[in-house]
Amino acid sequence: MIEVGLNHFLVVSTLLFSMGIYAIVTRKNAIMVLMGVELILNSANINFIAFTRFGNFGLQGHLIALFVIVLAAAEAAIALAIVLNIYKTLSTVNIDEVDSLKD
Amino acid sequence: MTENSIINISLAILFLPLLGFVVTLLLGKKVKSIYLFEVFLITVVLIASIFLAFSKLSYFIDDKIVAELEWFRLSDTLVFNLGFLLDNITVLMLFVVALISALVHYFSIAYMKGDERYNRYFAYLGIFTFSMNGIVLTNNILMMYIFWELVGLSSYLLIGFWFEKKLASDAGKKAFLVNRIGDIGMFAGILILFLTYNTFSFDAIFQAIGAGKLPFNSDFWLSVTGILLFMGAIGKSAQFPLHVWLPDAMEGPTPVSALIHAATMVAAGVYLTIRIFGLLTADAMMFIAVIGMLSAFIPATIALTQNDIKKVLAYSTVSQLGYMVMALGVGAYKFAFFYLVTHAFFKACLFLGSGSVIHAMHHEQDIRNMGGLRKKLPLTYATFLIASLAISGIPLTSGFLSKDGILASTFAFGSLTGYWIFAIVGFLVALMTAFYMFRLIIITFHGEPRDHHKFEHAHESPFVMAMPLAVLAMLSIFIFYTPNPFSADQGWFFNKWINSAELHAPNATRFDFMQSEVATETEQTAEHNSSHGEITYSEKYTEAMHSAHYPAMYLSLFVALAGILTAFVFYQWKKVNVDKLANSIKPLYNFSLNKWYFDEFYHKTFVAGLLGLSKIIAWFDAKVVDGIVNGSAEVTRRLAFFTGGFDKYVVDGLVNLMAYISGFIGLIFRRVQTGKVQTYLVLVIFSIIILLFLF
Amino acid sequence: MNVYDFIFYLFAAITVLSAFFVVTNRNIVYSAFFLLFTFFGVAGIYVLLGADFVAIVQLIVYVGGILILLLFGVMLTNKITNVEIKTGTINIYPAVIGVGLLSGALLAALITSTWKTFPTEAPLPTTAALGTMLLQEYALVFELLGIILLIALIGAASIARREA
Repeated sequence: MIEVGLNHFLVVSTLLFSMGIYAIVTRKNAIMVLMGVELILNSANINFIAFTRFGNFGLQGHLIALFVIVLAAAEAAIALAIVLNIYKTLSTVNIDEVDSLKD
Repeated sequence: MTENSIINISLAILFLPLLGFVVTLLLGKKVKSIYLFEVFLITVVLIASIFLAFSKLSYFIDDKIVAELEWFRLSDTLVFNLGFLLDNITVLMLFVVALISALVHYFSIAYMKGDERYNRYFAYLGIFTFSMNGIVLTNNILMMYIFWELVGLSSYLLIGFWFEKKLASDAGKKAFLVNRIGDIGMFAGILILFLTYNTFSFDAIFQAIGAGKLPFNSDFWLSVTGILLFMGAIGKSAQFPLHVWLPDAMEGPTPVSALIHAATMVAAGVYLTIRIFGLLTADAMMFIAVIGMLSAFIPATIALTQNDIKKVLAYSTVSQLGYMVMALGVGAYKFAFFYLVTHAFFKACLFLGSGSVIHAMHHEQDIRNMGGLRKKLPLTYATFLIASLAISGIPLTSGFLSKDGILASTFAFGSLTGYWIFAIVGFLVALMTAFYMFRLIIITFHGEPRDHHKFEHAHESPFVMAMPLAVLAMLSIFIFYTPNPFSADQGWFFNKWINSAELHAPNATRFDFMQSEVATETEQTAEHNSSHGEITYSEKYTEAMHSAHYPAMYLSLFVALAGILTAFVFYQWKKVNVDKLANSIKPLYNFSLNKWYFDEFYHKTFVAGLLGLSKIIAWFDAKVVDGIVNGSAEVTRRLAFFTGGFDKYVVDGLVNLMAYISGFIGLIFRRVQTGKVQTYLVLVIFSIIILLFLF
Repeated sequence: MNVYDFIFYLFAAITVLSAFFVVTNRNIVYSAFFLLFTFFGVAGIYVLLGADFVAIVQLIVYVGGILILLLFGVMLTNKITNVEIKTGTINIYPAVIGVGLLSGALLAALITSTWKTFPTEAPLPTTAALGTMLLQEYALVFELLGIILLIALIGAASIARREA
């Protein structure tokens, strides 16, 4: 077995990313879509930190990961507010039923 | 006290009024008493400017403090800077602006009470103060132009403040448009300067001129540049022939007239000329002197017959500004600035006094309906009287010192160059000034009330209105400027505070008496020579000034007293029947009453000319252009008939076929447009995969 | 296989498996709970990578904040009495194909490419260094983030409260 290196972390991050995409694409519930987005953000963070560890960039990767976490928090708050609003207006959170723009 | 703290204070002075403007404008509708914030800020600015003037004049009296930062850079030679230039003139001017602005703020608290746009009014005062401070502080002509337009804007806003009145909104537009004419010239001048020197900074330009670099390498173009820049001053300072906007601007609220159209903004033109004084050649100065003379004379004759209290003051303002410009033209740089300061105080006092009268008379402005107000408004009367004495040039007032200086320098100019016309006109205008000011006072305050109803209801103004009047009247007294009431020469204001003029134009283009005479320097001129570029007025000039001093003083005193006496004879003791006199010189009287028919003339020539031109263009458009169009249309129509057949069968057939095909394709592809986000996302993923494999 | 490797495989397994449950489970509440484990696993991976501060922030913000927020969202948009907190799925087949192809391509790309790595040293505590960077070179970004959070707070409140 090879020693754990950069590739291992990148594989984990890729898998998380793919599952995030899968969640976004397939799940009807808007909150599930949000969870997918969070997964993608986490995978990106793993990449940042892995490259910081195995590269020679100082600590900037960590900082960017922190910024991403902060933005994720803001994004989650706003997105949930929007979901609540959609729920109030259309009484559903299934985004396949939210297609008023089509007509 | 370091230079840095001085610069920081001036930054605060510049930007606090802007803060006031933004806050007051944004919260004006919500918070009723937000105007107090603006008033508070302006008070802070006033204190700061007093502090600034004090520290500059006590610690840095001989220094020129410059602060610059790069704004943006287009290439290595095209660098645009922002910067401050603080010399003694700057801090004095800042103090004048801040003081009058603050007093006008206080005055307005009572004067504008009950107006529905009360807060917005104060916001406008804030932005005006900001832009005026900008003009005063800047060290480069581009920034000056920017703030120049900003004061134009705030003046427009304030003149048209009561825009429901057609007269007011028209006056605002007129002021704005007339100012534009002058600004075009100024802009052209700035472009010439920038083209030649690649910089906007006054100092750099002056140094380059001193080093012998001239626009297009000719003295002539240097004169042209000076005159073009001065055109901005003609517009803003309401000089002949662009003076027509200022009397109309009196439609604005009276405190605004005091602040903008008497003391500060109109003085900006003079200030600009003071700033560019270094590059003026003799030709340019001659031009400036002539313009100043005409603007001093014509409005003075108009002011003799006006019946609106504010119109009289407005024409008097134009006339006094003409004095300053004329003084600059004849080289009396220091006296011009001195008069600018003293005039700002007493003219603001006069305007605020008239505001107080108008307030007391419930917005009556016609002096024929006033009279006897002395008993009802004792304080307003007293301050108005002091300011009138000052503007007429009676000893013990600041006006006497400064005006006498200007008259003496025109006198000296006459004896040196032979152009006596400036001195003659100067004394004539002084006579007329004394006359019309006292005519105004006598008709308004003396005699019997003419409108008893309004007279009964008149009342002295509240404290916030009386206090500014008192302060300004006090500042019209000599003691603030010099210990000797008959001569400003020894005074601290004139001798220590104002720097000597600098002149960088080539020697050959200057007046004879303004050339640097290195050979015959006396003790005094040696001292002047020590700092770079300062004018060394020749000995001849000093002598001429000296010999002109006493005759000019007696003569000016004499004409002022004569003017006042005439006014008393005409209106107080009624020894002469004025109406009869007016009738006997009816054409002249009407000429003056109708303001020399300037408006009519401009209307007939420029406005009508423009309209006529547009009519001709319209005719050309209708007949020639349309004719061509119609003709080609006819030809096209014929052609179209033939092509139509071809079109119908061949082309349409093809088009319909295409439409059918695309409709068919659309039928397939519209199923892709589901309106569901996730479906789109799937498509995006597939596209990414395709791209991944492609590259 | 040393301890480090073992711990890595443990956390990687936790992360990937729980993420898999997150995206496949039909019940949203279960999904949310599995998401907890995913975040926890990711935090562990951060620790392995020497990012102690980021790991703690991950635990506090994600587990303590965002996850709770998501749970609130679930509860506010589904009537509790009504047992319908299951969620349907769409686009299964194209999604499986697409995601499979995409992840396959990515994995192939990253495994076949050679990364220019530097020798790793024993990780140091990062908190102090991060703090210094935040308040010096990245002070502006830091302030901006604060403003963004404030705006998000106000915006979220105003959007959620708006009367339909």
